[in-house]
Amino acid sequence: MKTVRLRRVYVWQMPVRIFHWINALCILVLGVTGYLISNPPVFLSNAEASNSFWFGTNRFIHFTTAYIFLSMLIMRLYWAFVGNKYASWRNFIPINKKFIQKIGGVLKHDILLLKTEEDVSIGHNALAGFSYFMFFLLTLIMIVTGFGLYADSSTWFLPKLFAWVPALFGGDYLVREIHHVTMWILVVFILIHLYLVFLHDQYEGRGETSAMISGYKFIEEEVIEKQKEERQIERIA
Amino acid sequence: MNSTSTKRPTYYEELRRKGYSRREFMQFCTMIAAYMGLEANGVAQVSEALMSHPRVPVIWLHFQECTCCSESFIRSSHPMVADIILDKISLDYTETLMAAAGHQAEAAMEKTMKDSYGEYVLCVEGSVPVYEDGAYCCIGGRSAVDILDEAAAGAKAVIGWGSCACNGCVQAASPNPTGATPIHKLIKGKPIIKVPGCPPIGEVMAGVLVHLVTFGRIPELDRIGRPKAFYSKRVHDSCYRRPFYDAGLFVESFDDENAKKGYCLYRVGCKGPTTYNACGIMRWNDGVSYPIQSGHGCIGCSEENFWDNGSFYTRVPNFPGFGIESNADKIGIAAAGLTAAGLTAHAVGTRLKRKKEHDKILEEGIDNANELN
Repeated sequence: MKTVRLRRVYVWQMPVRIFHWINALCILVLGVTGYLISNPPVFLSNAEASNSFWFGTNRFIHFTTAYIFLSMLIMRLYWAFVGNKYASWRNFIPINKKFIQKIGGVLKHDILLLKTEEDVSIGHNALAGFSYFMFFLLTLIMIVTGFGLYADSSTWFLPKLFAWVPALFGGDYLVREIHHVTMWILVVFILIHLYLVFLHDQYEGRGETSAMISGYKFIEEEVIEKQKEERQIERIA
Repeated sequence: MNSTSTKRPTYYEELRRKGYSRREFMQFCTMIAAYMGLEANGVAQVSEALMSHPRVPVIWLHFQECTCCSESFIRSSHPMVADIILDKISLDYTETLMAAAGHQAEAAMEKTMKDSYGEYVLCVEGSVPVYEDGAYCCIGGRSAVDILDEAAAGAKAVIGWGSCACNGCVQAASPNPTGATPIHKLIKGKPIIKVPGCPPIGEVMAGVLVHLVTFGRIPELDRIGRPKAFYSKRVHDSCYRRPFYDAGLFVESFDDENAKKGYCLYRVGCKGPTTYNACGIMRWNDGVSYPIQSGHGCIGCSEENFWDNGSFYTRVPNFPGFGIESNADKIGIAAAGLTAAGLTAHAVGTRLKRKKEHDKILEEGIDNANELN
């Protein structure tokens, strides 16, 4: 049988990979500490309150991680404008008809499992890119509501920038609820994200999972040649 | 006719006539200046103002409310608070406390509105129903909407007493059958001071009025329109049980060992962390206690929408539209479970539909591995 020739393509640059993993870690830490804040376990304890500060520490970790989360997001936003074509903001926001058509294509092939021809994407496929844009909006909600709640306990200007948020919603209560519910939406997103990464890796064998560690994906020679041709046609047109 | 304000006696003159000594007057000034968060020299400003300024005419309207704000006010700890404000501030019209009734009372209000146009302070207790042309609350044959419109037109400033006037309170809770509306949505173009709470603390109410008298302008307000001096901190952040919160020591139920020890009431639904008020600092009944000190969580009575913000006794919010027993966490777990089930089904579907592609890669991989044997 004919052996497929695979070529190594450097897709995910270092800043993208660093962002991805620190972001993942931040979400994990924020999710766990945040859940504890909303629903702390009860200990029947004889300890003196003065000797114990675990809940305060938990909150401290939550707030510190939020700052890291925010700064990584700002870094990634910057990289969306200076990074390579796979990191560009154009992968995420459906700005033209072609993007929307491609979303439809992925939906048919990967999600509905219809018998359509696979449109190989070397970076994010269109649907994934769009879903990361939605994810970005969700994290923005988390940041705005989170720092909004935090603003009152802070004296620094940055959280104070978000002091309008509780006022907009009439008070902290609703802001808290939005913050809480949005986390569950993120949990659902992460489940789907992990599943699809493993699925693509399994069925396409291009190193989907390890690409976020090494940066490389392994793409069939003919796919690369075909995409090169397409690009040339686009340039002429 | 001369301006009535020049004929009005000052607060100090009124108090002396009533039999208070100068010492008592200065004690009051000191106390209220401290409550208002003024610096030490603020005492002089307050006493100066009360000695030189004529009484400010006040119209105090009652709409959809229970009068708990008035009750709180007349029970504020220092007797002079009640005297100076209620008797001496020239409360020209207030249904609950005025001597006049019927046409006499209406005439008194009309006179104040006419004589002190642009000078009087309008205090509103209660929300205003707007459905059915305001038929749900009528006084003297006129709807609350009408009365408020007329009274607000000539007011120098408007004070919303209590949660009813500031955010609608229980009448505005879902489904809000009478269209109960907080006053800031009805009055346009006037400075409005919101003093929420069910009721607000009496000393807070006095402090707001004295601020108006002393400085001739409204106190500094936060973004929601509440005086910063009293509403800039969460009850949680000024709570004496806060160390238990930071230590992670919580009451689990009201009859457990932890409750006896006075641990934090966070898990039994205390709304202190989302409630802005001065209860933790000023407390109630002459600083005797406040709800948390009495062993019950804060119910967040001074916050927007507090009747609809879920149970007083649970932490995690109820989720609208999913039944009484549902909360965000239960629904979140269910959604995650459903997603996992859906993904499993999809994995099976993919396996069936894409077996060919999968096997092709696998075969190729095996072939290559075999070459190395």
